[in-house]
Amino acid sequence: MKYTGSIAFGVLLSIATSGLAVAAESQDYTLVLQDHRYQPTELHIPADTRVKLEVINKDPSPEEFESNDFPAEKIVMPKSSATLFVGPLKAGRYHFFGDFHQPTAQGTLIVE
Amino acid sequence: MWAIALLVFREVLEAALIVSVVAAATRGVRQRGLFIGGGIALGVVGAALVAWSADWLAAAVSGAGQEVFNAGVLLAAVLMIGWHVVWMSSHGRELSRQMQAMGSAVKAGASSMVMLLAVVALAVLREGSEIVLFLFGMRAGGADHLWAGLSVGVVAGAALGYALYAGLLRIPLRHFFSATNAMLVLLAAGLASTAARYLIQANIVPALGYRLWDSSWLLANGSLPGQAAHVLVGYDAQPAGMQMLFFAATLLLLWSGARWARGHAGAAVAKRALPDGLGQPAQ
Repeated sequence: MKYTGSIAFGVLLSIATSGLAVAAESQDYTLVLQDHRYQPTELHIPADTRVKLEVINKDPSPEEFESNDFPAEKIVMPKSSATLFVGPLKAGRYHFFGDFHQPTAQGTLIVE
Repeated sequence: MWAIALLVFREVLEAALIVSVVAAATRGVRQRGLFIGGGIALGVVGAALVAWSADWLAAAVSGAGQEVFNAGVLLAAVLMIGWHVVWMSSHGRELSRQMQAMGSAVKAGASSMVMLLAVVALAVLREGSEIVLFLFGMRAGGADHLWAGLSVGVVAGAALGYALYAGLLRIPLRHFFSATNAMLVLLAAGLASTAARYLIQANIVPALGYRLWDSSWLLANGSLPGQAAHVLVGYDAQPAGMQMLFFAATLLLLWSGARWARGHAGAAVAKRALPDGLGQPAQ
């Protein structure tokens, strides 16, 4: 019993480190935040592909790029940009928003 | 005002649920109010510091600073909960017996209490830093009723957390610490899974299957019950394989650690009981 823990930890650690080599073959897409609105409000990305998404915030206040339809949660500081990886997603429409300005900061990923 | 209150409420709720479970798990411990209050205060100071260094954090680790920081905070909390759970496994039975006998405060291990103080502080720090950034932005935008919204959100979130705490206190004392310990283990496993989610977003660990299933139709991540389930038991409507692995590994580690500690405590008690225990009436 004593060693079960350390074995599990070792497995976890080795998987975590092997993951450092992952990635690279992803396409880049950009969203711009201005006046607490996303531009474009509909962003087209390919299905079943992991994409690198850059969110540029031109507003003087921070925003959080977030979605409940796909895993994404990242703060974008004022006059700054942030990148995150999205997908791979099946074809369809996926809603995203800006957590700090929900009345206006709304958009959709069109995955096709 | 309501938009502000709602966002603050959601962030406060997440921290409040964690604080409630910790508060219940330390029931009957002497000076625990001081530990929990201290943890919240430290967390608030930490939240301001994190928000203040958010620009630096965003640029760190070639843009993955936020994810690495969040995952680090979450995994640190997992470790500390783990420490407490293992400690409780060797002392919990003794603790609940003392409480039943005296009906009053007992002394718990100082190291274990410091760990839980840190868990409270980290929970408040993580959710609080988002509130600070949000309010900073709102103030820059000249939003009305900022303080009213903040107060309503904090009070409502804390009230729901308190309701959970009051509910937990109704668990019979005999099963109380097994129940709160089990809740702490699930909480830790959920935090580990959330850490994995951040690391996947930054492409630091592989997903091992991006979406094992989608139970959004049953319980959506964005809904209030979904959010509560996310904090308490690590629920995710669309979990990745790596999240499941982190979840399962934490469960296994804490469970085996607790079993090991219980075995050791049992052996120590038996050894101590032998010499002077002979001829004494059983208690």
